[in-house]
Amino acid sequence: MKRYSVFAVAKNAMNYHQGWERAWRNPEPKAEYDVVIVGAGGHGLATAYYLAKNHGVTNVAVLEKGWLGGGNTGRNTTIIRSNYLQDESAALYELSRGLFEELSQKLNFNIMFSPRGVLMLAQTEHEKRAWMRTHHATRINGIHTEWVDVARVKQLCPIINDSPEARYPILGALWQPRGGTARHDAVAWGFARAADDMGVDVIQNCAVEGVDVENGKVTGVRTSRGAIKCGKLGVVVAGHTSMLTDMAGFRMPIESVALQALVSEPIKPCLDIVVMANTVHGYMSQSDKGELVIGGGADGFNNYTQRGSFHHVEETVTALVETFPIISRLRMLRQWGGVADMTGDRSPIIGKTPVENMFVNCGWGTGGFKATPGSGHCFAATIARGEPDEIAAPFAMDRFKEGRMIDESVAAAVAH
Amino acid sequence: MLLLTCPYCGVTAEETEFHPGGQAHIERKAGTEHSDAEFEEYLFLRNNPKGVHLERWRHQYGCGKWFNVARDTRTLEVYGSYEIEAKEPPQEIKDRIAQRLAETGLPEKTVN
Repeated sequence: MKRYSVFAVAKNAMNYHQGWERAWRNPEPKAEYDVVIVGAGGHGLATAYYLAKNHGVTNVAVLEKGWLGGGNTGRNTTIIRSNYLQDESAALYELSRGLFEELSQKLNFNIMFSPRGVLMLAQTEHEKRAWMRTHHATRINGIHTEWVDVARVKQLCPIINDSPEARYPILGALWQPRGGTARHDAVAWGFARAADDMGVDVIQNCAVEGVDVENGKVTGVRTSRGAIKCGKLGVVVAGHTSMLTDMAGFRMPIESVALQALVSEPIKPCLDIVVMANTVHGYMSQSDKGELVIGGGADGFNNYTQRGSFHHVEETVTALVETFPIISRLRMLRQWGGVADMTGDRSPIIGKTPVENMFVNCGWGTGGFKATPGSGHCFAATIARGEPDEIAAPFAMDRFKEGRMIDESVAAAVAH
Repeated sequence: MLLLTCPYCGVTAEETEFHPGGQAHIERKAGTEHSDAEFEEYLFLRNNPKGVHLERWRHQYGCGKWFNVARDTRTLEVYGSYEIEAKEPPQEIKDRIAQRLAETGLPEKTVN
């Protein structure tokens, strides 16, 4: 791999930038791999990267039905934060947020991590108490958050409506200064390029059509490009997890729903932090291009269509216009949806399955982007050792049988 | 926006008048005679098909009654709604599903 640097840019400028090599190869699938990862989204590619980097497992294929990073990785609102209430979640998301801080250097790829700060508004007395509780919990877990009052909210975000007469007046906010955003596509591309450099085969347009299980043990997958044997299988396919586990003969505690986002026309810089308003259910940040990136609620019903519905757009923008009156005359440019895999407790599932040597990493629901490097980090350890590491262990799927929930649906009061 | 018909009051309305309730026809296995695995199955495990899905809805801003709907999660096509007591869709809805799948060439559920 030729490193990206200012010198490389200067050198390539000499021949009109004709000399850049492909960021990753386009290999034919081999007959057999030590580890096959299904799904070349951020989480799958991060898993392959850490398998090679931390565990020396390089005979790895990442199979992708469509194109790299074309699912939820490219469809989210790119928010990164770790202010989670439950200890298990805090450990996982803080690991991830920490990895984001030096990811550009580690991958030699600019993922545009921007720790601009995440502000979670409290707009009811109940929400205020909940965020204060979260604030204390995160402090105990060593994560820097602050409880800020209305004056500080207005200072951090001058375009916000701080009127006490508002339908849901702002009573304060939970502020995580080291949260922020990153370029979602670049995260997938950076992991793909670095993993490819260590020998991982990233194979696109290769749909998995069957999972071969012999005596309770996975032996390989059948794909649209032929059968591939594998020692271990990692399934990282988000909304399509139920289909993959169906092929292997077991069911998951997951339902797939559509979550949508939209962006406005680009405007001058007006918002240099991420604002989340959970009571009215909308969140917003401004991209480097100037678009306001807006997310809201998920559909309540099972849906594989990767599109949202207009009444959710209406709900979300209505709430945000109340909170940010200056956006009332903005036109919206684009709207899209992704298929989110929702679990019963709104926490992910990472770990072993009833089939030996088959592992799952799924259930990230509406909040998986922020976990990309951390998820890959602990899932790679889980696959390499065959047993979950201490971060992943609480997220095993048997927690649903044992009643050992990591209840973030109650903690956040909404999908998150 | 889905258009759903309540089989009780006969009203056809947009989905915002209704509330989704997830997979239908789940057998309640939550008694003391049931194992942890059965309890998990009843509470959490779901079919989650990419295809024909039988599900519950409630006519929240209408008569308030729960009912069942057969719908396709790939196309959002509603095949029909039927009463909550039914153990499976009536023959009429099964026929419509079969006819629509034959017309569109889609399998009952897509595997990837």
